[in-house]
Amino acid sequence: MATYTLKVRRYQPESGEGPYWEEFGVELDPSLSVLDGLLQAKDRDDGSLSVRCSCRAAICGSCGMKVNGQSGLGCKTQIGEAHAQANRRTKSSSATPGRGSEGGSISDSPALAEAEEVAPILVEPMGNMPVIKDLITDMESTHWEKIRRVTPWLLPHGEAPEREYVVEPESMIDITQSMACIQCGACVSSCLSMEADPDFIGPAALAKAYRFVGDPRDAETVERLHDLGEDPHGIYDCTHCFSCIDACPKGVAPMDQIMRLRRKAGEEGIDDPNSGHNHELAFVKIIEKKGTLDEALLQQESYAPGVKGKLKPTKGAIEGLGKSLPTALRAIRSGKARSLAKLIPGIHPKLPGGAQDEVKAIYRHAEEHQEEFNIYIRGEEDVEPEPDQTEAEEIAAEEGTP
Amino acid sequence: MEIPTAGSDFASIESEPVPTHDVLVIGAGLAGQRAALAAAEQGVSVGILSKVHPVRSHSNAAQGGINAALDPGDSWESHAYDTVKGSDYLGDQDAISIMCEEAPEEILHLEHLGVTFHRNEEGKLGTRAFGGASAARTYYVADITGQAIMHVLYEQLMKHSEQVARYEEWFCTALALDEQGECCGVVTRNVADGSMQLFGAKAVILACGGNGQVWKPTTNALICTGDGIAMAYRAGAKLMDMEMIQYHPTTLAGKGFLITEGARGEGAHLLNAQGERFMERYAPNKMELASRDVVSRAEQTEIDEGRGFPDGTVALDITVVPRKRVHEALREIVLVGRDFAGVDITREPIHIKPGNHYTMGGIKTDADGRTDVAGLYAAGETACVSVHGGNRLGANSLLDTLIFGRRSGADAAARAKRIDGARPSAAVLDAEEEKVAAIAAREKGSGRRVSEIKLELGETMDRHIAVFREEAGIAEALETVRRLKQEAASAYVDDKGSVFNQDMLAAIELGYMLDNAECTCVAALQRRESRGAQYRTDFPERNDAEWLKHIDLQQGDDGPEISYSEVTITQWEPEERKY
Repeated sequence: MATYTLKVRRYQPESGEGPYWEEFGVELDPSLSVLDGLLQAKDRDDGSLSVRCSCRAAICGSCGMKVNGQSGLGCKTQIGEAHAQANRRTKSSSATPGRGSEGGSISDSPALAEAEEVAPILVEPMGNMPVIKDLITDMESTHWEKIRRVTPWLLPHGEAPEREYVVEPESMIDITQSMACIQCGACVSSCLSMEADPDFIGPAALAKAYRFVGDPRDAETVERLHDLGEDPHGIYDCTHCFSCIDACPKGVAPMDQIMRLRRKAGEEGIDDPNSGHNHELAFVKIIEKKGTLDEALLQQESYAPGVKGKLKPTKGAIEGLGKSLPTALRAIRSGKARSLAKLIPGIHPKLPGGAQDEVKAIYRHAEEHQEEFNIYIRGEEDVEPEPDQTEAEEIAAEEGTP
Repeated sequence: MEIPTAGSDFASIESEPVPTHDVLVIGAGLAGQRAALAAAEQGVSVGILSKVHPVRSHSNAAQGGINAALDPGDSWESHAYDTVKGSDYLGDQDAISIMCEEAPEEILHLEHLGVTFHRNEEGKLGTRAFGGASAARTYYVADITGQAIMHVLYEQLMKHSEQVARYEEWFCTALALDEQGECCGVVTRNVADGSMQLFGAKAVILACGGNGQVWKPTTNALICTGDGIAMAYRAGAKLMDMEMIQYHPTTLAGKGFLITEGARGEGAHLLNAQGERFMERYAPNKMELASRDVVSRAEQTEIDEGRGFPDGTVALDITVVPRKRVHEALREIVLVGRDFAGVDITREPIHIKPGNHYTMGGIKTDADGRTDVAGLYAAGETACVSVHGGNRLGANSLLDTLIFGRRSGADAAARAKRIDGARPSAAVLDAEEEKVAAIAAREKGSGRRVSEIKLELGETMDRHIAVFREEAGIAEALETVRRLKQEAASAYVDDKGSVFNQDMLAAIELGYMLDNAECTCVAALQRRESRGAQYRTDFPERNDAEWLKHIDLQQGDDGPEISYSEVTITQWEPEERKY
């Protein structure tokens, strides 16, 4: 048992007053969750403290919230850890904590040692969503509407087979990662793109979209990719910031699913307004050839790849290259690009000696050891590959069970 | 049947039209969603109403899988026999046969809708082993089977939004009956704004889940408060097998979280503190995969006789399962172990104990979900068909929700087409509004807190109505429950508002839970034998001569009134149960 202070961002819509902070003292085992702490405060002190919750085990997705500024599930955040995190924050600076928070004014604590005792755990409703009451947000307009935007049901063609659809076993495991989404909204809450563009379809809905695009039973993969690629708020609106991966309590890694959608869209030849897919290929090609980045070539390759692209540049390529000129000039003026010569493609040197061969060896290694992103296949990050499997089999054999 | 015209009864709502559906489903877990879709297929207007957003429903928590004799080498009779034996012969064999015979088709239907079932090397549906089963016939999606199926059904609800109206976050407070005593609607509270709303329907399907929150700890979610069972009971429907409460063999100590039976299906061992694989002494053939009541009793015996760990547990050793397989098939359990117990299950055993898990009993229905009240249906854990009898087999609960959800939806739609339907009386709405106002009017300090009463209830039930029971303990529990019922009548709430007043809902749910608890205690006291989940230390033998029958309960003036009904036996005569 230990005591903690939960500092909760409250809002009572019928009071006629704006949002405010309220502290609750709770007493519970450090291994219990922030949600357990909130429920204790609700049970003992104030039944009007409102939070959606049901399973307490990170399955139902009800209790999305921000703890110390970090989006996640209240039930999956251990209160002891949240407390330690709050203390680290207090120690490291007296600045306001997490993005969008304004309640961290605990800098007036007399001493660090004392701060360790009193640092409150900050609990706020999810971001990017209107707040209805206390920790309860309106997910309909910010989450569910976007889910419905991606045509979230299977679209097979023709009659269903008499038995099951026969598909590659890996394909089902592959989309199980996005099936693992519990629609809690933590990724939406943390999404930086959505903060800038509220119309962005967003990480949860796009992860849901991958669940159909990756499903071999779905017959409208190409149509889906065009739909999501051509929408200005679609897959190319993601800025690759990793926030959703950090926030997701189920390892769905929405950004990875968005990148898979982009890769598939690229394979379908869908026009990427940012030339992101070509940009990626240009990077890979240049480093393989030269070892370091030839920025002049990078721009050309990104917009007008290969000999064909340069002989017959598309309208988009000319526009794109034209638009990037001011950026290039600014880079030279500010000293980021060292000389004008840098703008001339082709004069960028290769790595000296045998270094370029080592780069190529790295490429070969990477190609031979393609890493699978899917945690259902590769397990959690720190898992060593199979050292115990034979051992386990030996034990099982000894005990006479398969 | 006569349709009441707008007489004096309806004067107060004449100006406000009552929203009406042919079929109204209460609860949006697997049973409710399946029922709604099946009714919509018949072309009737359907509404589905749930106190939480549908994807928050507790069907999510079903991890391990769903049983079906789909493999050509398997047979539905074998599945049915295992289910009958698992039920300790209290299951009705006609209903069990229907469930097992229709199971393969249901699995294929789900697969065609898009459920991402595990495949074998040929790309066809693959299975895993589960407890109490004579063949590996459990189909699964990693260990998120319930979640995967429920989210796919919700996809279908979104697809068919023109046929099925969704009322998400609406709380049901009572059923409305017409003058003939037939169910014709419900009274609800819109959680978002606190308004009370009467709905009309030609058929109402209760699919509200079980009552696990009556116990503490429990694997069940906070929403599992037995709402449907209590509402039906109050409306005069019979309840059945209410003493049959399943304690799952592998739950985390203290928190009550579930570790799927799939772990044992994949080969995990149960060990006592001395490192013995103790199931050898209790079920030498099936070992860890004996039926749940058997395994839970074995564990509790080890713990009670001092061979458990000091924290009142035994150990589940998953390290014997190849790590690659654990990550592919038991990932959720890896996370539960890591996040909620601080244990890496791929490297060390995890401490577990039997914990409250499932309500085998519930509202008595026939195989089409019909209750004793015309127009009222029930499906899933809320209902008691009875296919689970004294003990449910793992991976039969999802099947129960889907088969009987579908059958209820279809039959309710047929009824809706057949009858004209009555308009619910405004009097029932007025009564519910008064009830809510009375709760809000209780002054702080006028009684106990709702949360205090709930806690005392949960601890009492877990002490006396658990793996082992005996007369004095059950009687004490019943006495406590009756006292708590009185105290609940004056329990106060802090929140007096309208918007998301969860405090008010908790007060109403407490009433539902106490009705559930009273019925369970009465039935457990009555059944003087040991069968399935009901193990009476004072009557340790199964007694078919006197007790091969269901206990039915109906609300009377002084609590539940007891009657009995026959167990339907078709081809499997009761015999001694060995695993």
